[in-house]
Amino acid sequence: MQQMVSHYQTRKRNRGFAVMTILAILIFIAFIISMNTGYIRLSPSDLLLTLIGSGTDKQSLILFEFRLPRIVISLLIGAGLAVSGCVIQGISRNALAEPGILGINAGAGLMVMLFISFYPSTSAAPVFLLPVLALLGASVTAALIFALSYKRHKGLSPTRIVLTGIAVAAGMSAAMIVLTLKLSPDKYQFVATWLAGSIWGTNWKFVLSLLPWIAILIPYVFYNARVMNVLNLGEELAKGLGAPVAKEQLKLLAAAVGLAASCVAVSGGIGFVGLIGPHLARRLVGPKHELLLPTSALAGALLVIVADTIGRWIMQPSEIPTGIVVAVIGAPYFLYLLACSKA
Amino acid sequence: MSQHAHSPIEGNNGKPVAFRSRPWAATLILTGGVFALILGMFLSVSFGAADIHFAVVWEAIFQFNPDSTQHQIIQEIRLPRLLGGAMVGASLAVAGAIMQGMTRNPLADSGLLGLNAGAGFVLALCFAFFPGLPFMYLILYSFLGAGVGAGMVYGIGSLAKGGLTPVRLVLAGAALTALLSALSEGIALYFKIGQDLAFWYAGGVAGTKWFQLEVMFPWIVAALIGAMMLSRSITMLSLGEDVAKGLGQRTALVKLAGMIIVLILAGSAVAVVGAVGFVGLIVPHLTRYLVGVDYRWIIPCSAILGSLLVVFADLAARMVNPPYETPLGALIALIGVPFFLYLARKERREM
Repeated sequence: MQQMVSHYQTRKRNRGFAVMTILAILIFIAFIISMNTGYIRLSPSDLLLTLIGSGTDKQSLILFEFRLPRIVISLLIGAGLAVSGCVIQGISRNALAEPGILGINAGAGLMVMLFISFYPSTSAAPVFLLPVLALLGASVTAALIFALSYKRHKGLSPTRIVLTGIAVAAGMSAAMIVLTLKLSPDKYQFVATWLAGSIWGTNWKFVLSLLPWIAILIPYVFYNARVMNVLNLGEELAKGLGAPVAKEQLKLLAAAVGLAASCVAVSGGIGFVGLIGPHLARRLVGPKHELLLPTSALAGALLVIVADTIGRWIMQPSEIPTGIVVAVIGAPYFLYLLACSKA
Repeated sequence: MSQHAHSPIEGNNGKPVAFRSRPWAATLILTGGVFALILGMFLSVSFGAADIHFAVVWEAIFQFNPDSTQHQIIQEIRLPRLLGGAMVGASLAVAGAIMQGMTRNPLADSGLLGLNAGAGFVLALCFAFFPGLPFMYLILYSFLGAGVGAGMVYGIGSLAKGGLTPVRLVLAGAALTALLSALSEGIALYFKIGQDLAFWYAGGVAGTKWFQLEVMFPWIVAALIGAMMLSRSITMLSLGEDVAKGLGQRTALVKLAGMIIVLILAGSAVAVVGAVGFVGLIVPHLTRYLVGVDYRWIIPCSAILGSLLVVFADLAARMVNPPYETPLGALIALIGVPFFLYLARKERREM
């Protein structure tokens, strides 16, 4: 019996590693293709030469100043949003939970919209101010939701956070509707594009501003994978096992908020990754968080890099917002998985 | 019915679960709600860009005089608008209650069936490729879109081995909604019709016509009666699929019937007023909080409370900033959010 169990676990683990390896290879392939994609084509040999520093000035400018930062950003936000979603789903034990539930997208969107509404022109909108505002809006909203759902002596309960989140997000969306109808058409177009999820932070400064969040919070969440497993059993059971449930929940949720907020700040509303990344991962490697979290991160990163590449390539020279492409390629695959799954 | 029902079913912690049902509260809501609704209707007919006296309202309804402008306003603009609001509110609330009961997910509402997204997608196509379609066609097409969206969700959810489980239904709905919304957004950005769509989407009962009501009314009434007939089964289903099966229920049949009812209710509502999303989400929560977990009470009370919410929100939409109208969806959220926050703080683990 003992052997059977351990054999089964090893098989699961091996399968998990296999899935992750395949995802990593796919990401690498997408990375190469993505570097080639754009208005100006770089042949693979040019690409290699440029990468080792002996390309023409123009080539290295395109690659290092425009494409690479954007690719790196898309990988980071894909991983960040998916891990954030995975944590929120795991803690709230609700299949529909995603970062947007914590009001992160709505808060960021409302802030950006307010700014655009009262700022004289879009053409001169300071690009660096927007992510800061978005981050601020997202963090304030998340803090508000936490504060509203906190009860003395009882702490936080995931259900309450989810319900409070819906309410706050709905209120903000309503405010956004009112603002939408008042905007001038060209301003509206700008905001709509932002909300649809466009990666517009295409330079190294954005990468640097996002990197610390990802580099600290993702390992922190991975490190807590076993805690997540316990929390996922449900509150009563987790308490029974002696886990300091409320404290752990709060810490992990805060990490999820930090991840999602920083990602939304540079990419607008790419909401779907946070919902679908963890589900895809769960279908591939099962529910254990030691495997689930890294697989989510890889699946999310792959989804966003592929979507971003397609969005840049399909209607050259104009672009389709990445968020739209993510949903258009992610949803059918997800539906296919759902249709093939066993109960 | 009239006493607290204690069920022998074991909860997940092994203690028997006592189902709270409050028939008294429910009866109070039903009677008080009807009075409040009548009051709201009178207010709604007399307030607006042109204030009209109560007596005139009475005359306009019971002794209609086609030569009087005020009578014309009441008959042609305000009455249909008001009745439309009441119907839509009841429909969305009941549709949401059924969805939440069937899927046991507090985040579910009728929008999750892919209805709103389907309707929105078809509308985006209409606005982009056939600008200037007559209103009648827009309504028809958005209803068709809602139907196709819901059909796809149901189909995909049922394809899998083991049939349509609540989790699958909810996930298929979320994924399809994301897909269709993304496509609509793409079309809107490309053709620059986002704001036109937003106007439709913001949801408003203004401009409701008698013919819409005539088309909607029989369907909605039939669907509400159907919902009442299903209510007992939905209560069972809300205890979990296994429990319902154990009690001898044919769950697949109940779910299909429930979906069809939700489709009719929410589809008509979306076709008439656009996507007013919050009603279906919040009213069932509020109702459960007030009357307990028996859907035989939840469904009629949801209908009344939903009507009240939309009628009063529409009244407010006209009074906040006259002569301009505030988007109805925004006002409903404004009224609903504080309530919902209060409920979330109370938090009872019952679906």
